[in-house]
Amino acid sequence: MRILITGISGALARMLAKTLADNGHVIAGIDRRPWVDPPKDIQVHQADIRKRPAEEVFRSFQPEVLVHMATVTHLNTRFEERYRINMNGTRVVFENCAKYDVKQAIFVGRHTIYGAASDSPLYHTEAEPPMAASTYPELSDLVAADLFAGSALWRWPTLNTAVLRLVYTLGPTQRGPLSSFLSAERVPTVLGFDPLFQFMHEQDACDAISSAVDSRLRGVFNVAGPSAIPLSVLIRGVGKTQVPIPEFLFERMLGRAGLSDLPSGAVNHIKYSVTIDDSEFRKNTGFEPQYDESRVMHAFRYV
Amino acid sequence: MPKQLIDSEVRERLEILDVKFNRFGYDRYGISTYRLGLFYSFLKPFYRHYFRVETVDINKVPDEGRGMLISNHSGGIPLDAGMLLSAMILDKNPPRLAHGMVEKFAAKWMFVSHWFSRLGQFTGIPQHARRILDDERLLLVYPEGARGTGKLFRDRYQLVRFGTGFMRLALETNTPIIPSAFIGGEEALPVLFHANRLGRLVGAPYWPVPKHIVPMPLPVRCQIRFGAPMHFEGNGNESDEVIQSYVDQVRLVIAKMIDEGLEDLGLDPVTQPWLTGVI
Repeated sequence: MRILITGISGALARMLAKTLADNGHVIAGIDRRPWVDPPKDIQVHQADIRKRPAEEVFRSFQPEVLVHMATVTHLNTRFEERYRINMNGTRVVFENCAKYDVKQAIFVGRHTIYGAASDSPLYHTEAEPPMAASTYPELSDLVAADLFAGSALWRWPTLNTAVLRLVYTLGPTQRGPLSSFLSAERVPTVLGFDPLFQFMHEQDACDAISSAVDSRLRGVFNVAGPSAIPLSVLIRGVGKTQVPIPEFLFERMLGRAGLSDLPSGAVNHIKYSVTIDDSEFRKNTGFEPQYDESRVMHAFRYV
Repeated sequence: MPKQLIDSEVRERLEILDVKFNRFGYDRYGISTYRLGLFYSFLKPFYRHYFRVETVDINKVPDEGRGMLISNHSGGIPLDAGMLLSAMILDKNPPRLAHGMVEKFAAKWMFVSHWFSRLGQFTGIPQHARRILDDERLLLVYPEGARGTGKLFRDRYQLVRFGTGFMRLALETNTPIIPSAFIGGEEALPVLFHANRLGRLVGAPYWPVPKHIVPMPLPVRCQIRFGAPMHFEGNGNESDEVIQSYVDQVRLVIAKMIDEGLEDLGLDPVTQPWLTGVI
């Protein structure tokens, strides 16, 4: 199939492009950032997804499937700009899908949109509302983009839309929010709290997206890998040192004394669990992760 | 914390528990076999020697499959829950891990929240209760909630209003209800009054002040009685009136079991004010 990936220069998207190409698909991608020296069979267009040149790619490449990964997630980008990119970008991409007769659109979102709070349930189902906008306002653009993508299901009923909410990915690229949190030698945690963390290997994430393409998935789905483990076990498993800090000192200590940095407001995600129930996704695609929790931690630790 | 702190009997009991732990010793909800070991090793002397808990008809609790333990709450601190959980591990054959539904404020407390989640005691929200039952586990519910632990000694063993959520869930999930009564908890911590300002300061709904001032339970003999599983037919969409009548049946059974227990332990009988007019 002809598959277009937006945000193709991201670490996970590159891996996905290679995975899909290996599975026999024809791949093209759009990104503002360059991808120097991509594999020969992958065409990369350097453009902003909100602008005309990006639309031209839809016209000329005529994709049958679109995988939307062009959401800005690093929180050091200015909030207004991130909100504009994530909302307008998602909107334009879906409008182009409808206009140029794309058969399937896959939105790759995050499981953190469910939010971390003391009274939030373990293993969220897709039916639960995303609460992150209240517990961590900086994520509100990702919440809105996720819900907007879901609205494509009724807005353009003939476009097969799948919204995937992926858990944290870990692996050889060393990219992504959990990777940066675990990148420092000493990882701060909130004293007296040890939430469950759910993560999957990057290759498993690519295979999951690929299986969503193959099974023409439609609807909103949680995507997870091996079972969740406590943060303390994760930190030990990747060979780092856990430094428990009392909550009133926590934000002041971030990024200092060799501790990893975190955006302020993320504290709840270090205190409380965000875990998702992925049984619907597995049932509908037959997806099974290949990497268990030890192998994922190993892959991240020894690149 | 060294492994030697774990009692050998507790270790043996936990080994035959029907919970699947991964290679790190955690189940999918984050329950830790090591922490269970520490917790029940700590509770065992209280269970066996301090409160000298005896159980009556404990084998009425099903050996496997979903079930809902419904019990009365004693005033003060939830030592009754700790003893009931211990009974399920130490005296029930085969042992079962009961999952309590914890008041929301506890999840905000450092260490407390951490320990509770490692011991399978989750925040009391419907999603958790349903998940535990769907997993064919044993759920422990105190339908009196914080109203129950907020009892004063002069109101001892009087069942306050039961919430009805548990009954709808039991009907929806086709779960048998195992009524249970805890006797002795009120004498262990005879609460005279509540220091509300102190409670608010730590984020708790109240702070119990017992006769002996320090909120530390006295060594009183305790008894836990279990009744035959009760099955109710329905789908959980019944009217409030119907649900209330089912709940009242459970409450009545527990009240009767409390009476039997009080007589057994030679304690004064109590009258349940809400019963006047019912019978």
